[in-house]
Amino acid sequence: MKLDEFDHHAPIEGTTLFDGTQAMKGYALNKMCYSFNAASAREDYLADPEAYMTRFGLNDDHKQACRDKNVLALIAAGGNIYYLAKFAGIFKLDVQDVGAQQTGMTKDEFKEKLRKAGD
Amino acid sequence: MAKIIGGLTSSHIPAVGNAIHNNLQDDPYWKPFFDGYPPIREWLGDHKPDVAINIYNDHGLGFFLDKMPTFAIGAAHEYKNEDEGWGIPQLPPFPGDPKLSWHIIESMVEQEFDITSCQELAVDHGFVVPMQLFWPGAPHNPDMPRCIPISANTVQHPIPTLKRAYDFGKALRRALLSYPDDIKIVVMGTGGMSHQLDGERAGFINKEFDQMCMEKIVTAPEELTKISRRELVEKAGAQGTEFLMWMMMRGALGDKVNPVSSNYHIPISNTGAGTMMLECAA
Repeated sequence: MKLDEFDHHAPIEGTTLFDGTQAMKGYALNKMCYSFNAASAREDYLADPEAYMTRFGLNDDHKQACRDKNVLALIAAGGNIYYLAKFAGIFKLDVQDVGAQQTGMTKDEFKEKLRKAGD
Repeated sequence: MAKIIGGLTSSHIPAVGNAIHNNLQDDPYWKPFFDGYPPIREWLGDHKPDVAINIYNDHGLGFFLDKMPTFAIGAAHEYKNEDEGWGIPQLPPFPGDPKLSWHIIESMVEQEFDITSCQELAVDHGFVVPMQLFWPGAPHNPDMPRCIPISANTVQHPIPTLKRAYDFGKALRRALLSYPDDIKIVVMGTGGMSHQLDGERAGFINKEFDQMCMEKIVTAPEELTKISRRELVEKAGAQGTEFLMWMMMRGALGDKVNPVSSNYHIPISNTGAGTMMLECAA
């Protein structure tokens, strides 16, 4: 098989495919987010975010993106949205909050965009 | 011998679990979505399947990226719904059918699908939300079938191709039809339809593509296997790849199906929500 047959690596605007490259970059970040399935882990993070991030071996890019709660930066640092959703959940952010932040809209504007897709 | 009587599809959005918990079925936002389910519940009440094969994708509860199975099959006595990190109310465990699970596992590997078997598997909203929609009160609905979860990887690329997903379903069909017990089985494909949660393209929904998929999955599923994974991401959104589960379900139903019920609504949360009931031709 030729390399170009792995067609899923061709870029799609506004989209970062979570593939091996991203998986390598974001492993520690995603592992920390996976831990947030447990309520006690969520409490531990909120009690001392810096210590919690260090415990999971996050690098500076991971840490800064977490401090800023910046979803596009978390994705650029290798975060996987299914795991990042658990991070967002700590702050009671839902997928419309996350969508609004990434698209530079208010939550109401983002919800209206979703509604319009049905027209 | 076992019989496959039909296929069910449903989106499996976490917000739906909260809407059920808060009894929002008649709320104007939710009603057009929930209205898709009563005709299917009626069909299920008439036919009373013994087993539901629930094909879904784990979202980071049952599996982490340390070991990511492409296709995983549950082989447990029961499946626990655990905390996913964002406070959806948890449900009691769902009853399994490990004897049938091991029959499926034996048969799939015999057919050269090298799956991962799971004697413990925590199930997330991808599994439980459709169960609640089709069998209200699940798992305590009196007609609750025994269930077997099958999870396909859509979390990390490379994900399986649509052709592989459809072929998996065909092999699953052969596995189920070779089971000696006289049981009635429904196969569920959950997830989708078009949605994208991440990136600058977050909020992408593609009505035209979803409707094409809902039409072709009835009449011409083979045509859908020609869609590449890149095209699927482009047309259905990064998480719209969950349509793979619908293709796995469809492969298990055989060539001809009769659509009993179909509903499509935008938006539910960030998603184009599709619901279908396909009856297997006698």
